[in-house]
This record gives sequence, C-alpha cells and structure tokens, in this order.
Amino acid sequence: MRIVSAAETAPPTYHWAVHAEGLQVRAGRRYLAVDGLDLALGPGVHGLLGPNGAGKTTLMRALATALAPAGGTLTLLGEQIGARSDLRGIRRDLGYLPQQFGFYPRFTVREFVEYMAWLKEMPGQGVPSAVQRAIDRVGLTAKADARMKTLSGGMLRRAGIAQAIVNDPAVLLLDEPTVGLDPEQRLDFRELLRDLGTDSCVLVSTHLVEDVVAACTDVVMMNEGRVLFQGTTADLIAHGGPGDAGDSPAERGYSALLRRHRAEAAR
Amino acid sequence: MTTHPKAETIARYADRHAVLDEVTVWSVEAHLEGCPACRALLAEHLPGPGLDLLARIGTDIDAVVAAAPAPPRWHRFWAVQHRWFVWHLAPWMIMTVAMLGCAVLLQTLVPALPSVVTLLAPVAPLPGVVVAWSRRHDPAWELLATTPAAGLGMLLRRTAAVLAVIVPTLALATSGTGAPLALALLPCLAFTTTTIALGTFIGVHRAAVLLGTAWTLTTLIPAMVTAGEPFLLRPATSPAWAVVTLAVAGVVALRSHHFRGLSSHH
Repeated sequence: MRIVSAAETAPPTYHWAVHAEGLQVRAGRRYLAVDGLDLALGPGVHGLLGPNGAGKTTLMRALATALAPAGGTLTLLGEQIGARSDLRGIRRDLGYLPQQFGFYPRFTVREFVEYMAWLKEMPGQGVPSAVQRAIDRVGLTAKADARMKTLSGGMLRRAGIAQAIVNDPAVLLLDEPTVGLDPEQRLDFRELLRDLGTDSCVLVSTHLVEDVVAACTDVVMMNEGRVLFQGTTADLIAHGGPGDAGDSPAERGYSALLRRHRAEAAR
Repeated sequence: MTTHPKAETIARYADRHAVLDEVTVWSVEAHLEGCPACRALLAEHLPGPGLDLLARIGTDIDAVVAAAPAPPRWHRFWAVQHRWFVWHLAPWMIMTVAMLGCAVLLQTLVPALPSVVTLLAPVAPLPGVVVAWSRRHDPAWELLATTPAAGLGMLLRRTAAVLAVIVPTLALATSGTGAPLALALLPCLAFTTTTIALGTFIGVHRAAVLLGTAWTLTTLIPAMVTAGEPFLLRPATSPAWAVVTLAVAGVVALRSHHFRGLSSHH
C-alpha cells in the first residue's frame, strides 16, 4: 500500500505529455538523425515502428533528455527542453530503458534498482517498497538478490524495465524492451504495458509489429527522421492490402506504408 | 494549520447522536487529519466499541505482519562496498599514490632536485577526475545521464572522493620531504577546479589532458632539467593559487548547467 500525495492527484497543466514540433536531434557531431519531427503523445501505450536507421533511438534519447535538441521545440510534461533548462523536475518523472544499457556487474538486481531509485531522487522511506514492487512487476522476484553478471539477456532486459518503472514515471521510454524475452515473458510484458499505459505516457520502440498490435493503443511510424504515420493499430492494418509483403495484417500495413513513402520520396 | 477546535466541538463530533452542522464537521475532519493531539482527544470521547475495534485491527495487522516474510533490508548506499565508483577508482588511486611515493623516494635519494612532490601535486588528481566523469569509464552512463541526480553535484561528489585520497597522501609526502604543504595542496585544488571549469567547454577528459600536458611541458620538465625551483611554485605564489581556485570555482558555478549529462564531451 502506498500513500498517494496531493501532487500526484493534481490535474496536469499540459495537454500533451510529449510534444515535439520541427524537432531536430543530432546523432554524432553532424548527422541529423531526427530532422523536422512533429509528434504529440498523450497517456497510453504508443508503439514506435520504423526501419533501421530511422532515428528511433536518437528520438528516444532526446525524449529521455540525454541529448539536447539541435532545433525545433520539445516539450515534456509542459516544460520546454533546451540546452539551458533545468531538467531535474522532469527527470524525476521520466523512466528510460536504453537500447543497450551498461550496468555494474557486482550489483544485485535489488541494489541496481535501488541505486537508480536513489539517483531519481525518490524519497528515502518509499524506496524499498517501490523497488520490491518494480521487481515483482517484471517477474524477477526470485532473482532479486542475484548479481547482475549472473543474469541472462532476457532477465537483464527485465531488470532494465524494473529500473525504468521504479519511480512510477509520467513518461516512460522503452527502447527495444522485448529483445531477449521468451514468448511467455512477452505476454506478461504486454500485460504490464497495458497496465502502465492507463495513466502514463509510454513510448515503446520496437521492430516487432505484433507486439505493437497486441499491447499498444497507438502507432507512430518513423522513417528518415520524420513521422510518416500516426494513428491507431486499426488504421495501420487498414493501410495494408492482400498484395503487400508480410504475414499478418499489421505487417502488411507496415510494409505498404513504408513502400508508399519510399515511392513518394523517390519521385 | 487551522486553529484547534474546541474540546466541546470534538466531543460533539465524536458523539454520533449530537447534531453538528456540515461545515463544522468538515473543518474538524480537515483539522484531525493533521493534528495528532486532537486525534488523541477524539479517541477519549469515542465510545468503547470503537477502541475495541481499533485494538482488534491492531492485533490482526500484527499477526499478518508476523506471518509475512521479512521485508527486504534497506541497504545504505553510503556503505563503501556498494559504491561502484570506489571500486572503479581504486586502481587509479593506487597508481597515483605509488607515483607520489616514488617522488618521495627520488627526493630522498637525490636531494639536489627541486621538490618533486610539489611538482607532481597539481597533476595528481587529474586521472581520478577523468574517471569520475567519462562515458568510457562508467558503464551505466546512459542511465545515469537521464536521472535528476546527474549534474555538477555528482561530479563534485566523485571529485571529493578522489581528493579524499589525494590530499592526505600529499600531506604525508610533503611532511616526509619537508616541502611546504600549502604549495602542494593549493595547486592541486586549483588544477582540479580548472579541469572542471574547462570541462564545461571542451569536456573533462580533454581538459585534463590539456592541463596535464601544459603543466608537464612548461614547468615539470624544465624544473627537472635545470634542477631549479620553478617560478610558479615559489612560496610567494600561494595566495595567487588560492585566488585562481576561487575565481575558477565561480566560473564552474556559473556554467554548472553544462554538466547535465554524463559525458566526456558534449
């Protein structure tokens, strides 16, 4: 049982949890991996799809405030993100799972999640129960006191998800969270995603179209640094015809959208 | 905080048959939430069964708590064995301490040389500062960079850990060779703060390399070759070192927002 503070139940003063207009973000020194992106996300689970090199990871890093925008505007939870802005308040409400995250091999899962909770400046008394809850939610209860270096790839991924959700973030960014998860764990993860999406804005970057269809309320498709489609999963499916490549209706919709976009770009 | 309601009002609030207008009920309830003294007063006015019920709930909860598995123990992060940085820093610190030890040895063997300990003091903390703030050395940098704790505070905490080793070592080394302590410590602090200040422009790693190279070329090597006391380390210069440290610390404070992410360059 957790005591809910007045700040948590206060109505938000912003319309979109994530709002980007003409956003440009650099990957490396020069290359603009995200170039002129417009995006508005509210509460719910949003799936971010796109081919390799579409700028998904760079966008995730910018939304996680790891990279400063090179141009355009980015507003998170009503606060504008810039090179000089004070990010402490926003970062307390963020959860981020990077595509590849480093960790301290000597730490146990519990120590790792506790350390992250401490870095996220959570109030001290609430930390042990929040950590236990996060570990339980990702199904690592039995491995809570195992060292990180003894975990398998899928377990590490789940430990990463646990650290991302430990502070009950308002904006949760998960970059390739299902890599290395077995089919049963993926089903559990989809359940967790639906649960998280009821009151926070969750953005899941993935290559697995079926994960998006199963767990996301909304699809964002990216190519070459821009959003080329945003809509419900039903809209995505409606784009695909019987002649398109893919084994499921959603995959056919995905490939049809991408093909059409490339044909327009070539003209 | 509202003023305490009268004892009589609380008694009437507790008595289920007494008539009390809604506004008073609200204000009493709002007050009771935040005032243990008035809650105690209320408890006195409550009829017996209410207290019984509370006692029963209390024993029930105790029974559930006793039956459940013990809650996980809260590890303190200040406990040294849990701190990643302490373990990672150890080899670098051992190297620096060994280098200063060699300097003391050289000093005792060849007394004609200028004080090698004071010559090495400014560059001694630089490797540690680089390790404290670099993507290459911190495996979890991407996770850390997006937390609210990332920033100048974290860098200063890690730098303090470095200095906690370097400063006593320098004190020991200078007392061993008879060199003035102020001329070892002040340049050491000045170089540390300058590295951090320069780090806001070009990254901590490059700043440390630049300062270390500059010191070696302009002062360390000429002093060793000519065996003369370098101009920058004469006793009269110590106020200047102190002023430089303070001025550079001011620059760091002004540019602290550049440390919002953990990176060796930004």
